[in-house]
Amino acid sequence: MVIFFALIAGTTVTVLAAFQNFGQFNIVIALGIATAKATLVVLYFMHARYSPRRTQLVIVCAVFWLAIMLALTLSDYQTRQQHLSRIVPPAALYRA
Amino acid sequence: MWIFLVTEVLFFGGMFLTYTINRHQYFTAFGIGSNTLDIKLGTINTGVLILSSLTMAMAVWSAQVGKKGLVTGFLIATLALGTVFLGIKVVEYKQKFDHHLIPGHGFDVWYQVDNTKPETEMGKKLLEDEREELHKATLSDPDIQSHAQLYFSLYFAMTGLHALHMIVGAGLLIWLIKLSMRGRFTPQYNTPVEIVGLYWHFVDIVWIYLFPLLYLIDRHR
Repeated sequence: MVIFFALIAGTTVTVLAAFQNFGQFNIVIALGIATAKATLVVLYFMHARYSPRRTQLVIVCAVFWLAIMLALTLSDYQTRQQHLSRIVPPAALYRA
Repeated sequence: MWIFLVTEVLFFGGMFLTYTINRHQYFTAFGIGSNTLDIKLGTINTGVLILSSLTMAMAVWSAQVGKKGLVTGFLIATLALGTVFLGIKVVEYKQKFDHHLIPGHGFDVWYQVDNTKPETEMGKKLLEDEREELHKATLSDPDIQSHAQLYFSLYFAMTGLHALHMIVGAGLLIWLIKLSMRGRFTPQYNTPVEIVGLYWHFVDIVWIYLFPLLYLIDRHR
């Protein structure tokens, strides 16, 4: 029950925060609140806090592999010289 | 079940990754697209889904302590809330059709601004602001029509996939309700309730991330 109200409070805060401008921190705040909410759901609604070690290991692995996928792909895109839109051929080419 | 959820995390993770890369590339068009979404419906839907996660957690708890009547009740409540969520989603999709925001031939980010007839002074001012925003956006991104379509393609793919998971979850819930009405769940045997519970909470978590990323990214202007 407490968790439920914490989640509703989180939703309210994130909507209110979205209408304020924190510059480049907007996305950090929005995703920070989302992550806090997701953590509450996993720990309490999904009982991860009271689960065996093996289950907890599986959860940590999921987050870890997701982090690898995001970090490596994004660093690949960040370090490429080419602009993404230039990889797509201009419209004139496929009209011919 | 947890292993299956790990594969699901990576499945949805791929879509979030695609979204992030494209948003980084075309942030003006994505902002314009995001601001056309109905924030009221989105927020209500977030609340509905969190509430359904609560009733699901209560159903699991009732099954574990052996309160058979409560299990059925909470499962029906969860199913009802899930259906409300999907119903609101249908209303939102309908709006997108009405506003010509479905990627394809009829797509036009200008449609809504050009075809709304505001009745109040307030509405008139809001419309002017929107027109101004669109003009500015077009100046910084001349190909905004196709980049906004990219946003809506991702919007429909991500929320559509999420809705598909909700429909599967609703089917599982109907099955659980049938079993539960026959009194099958006891403190010794309640694994099906627990596993469907895990799945339901996972779908809730996906929405917790979808909501700020799709609805809230550019509201501060």
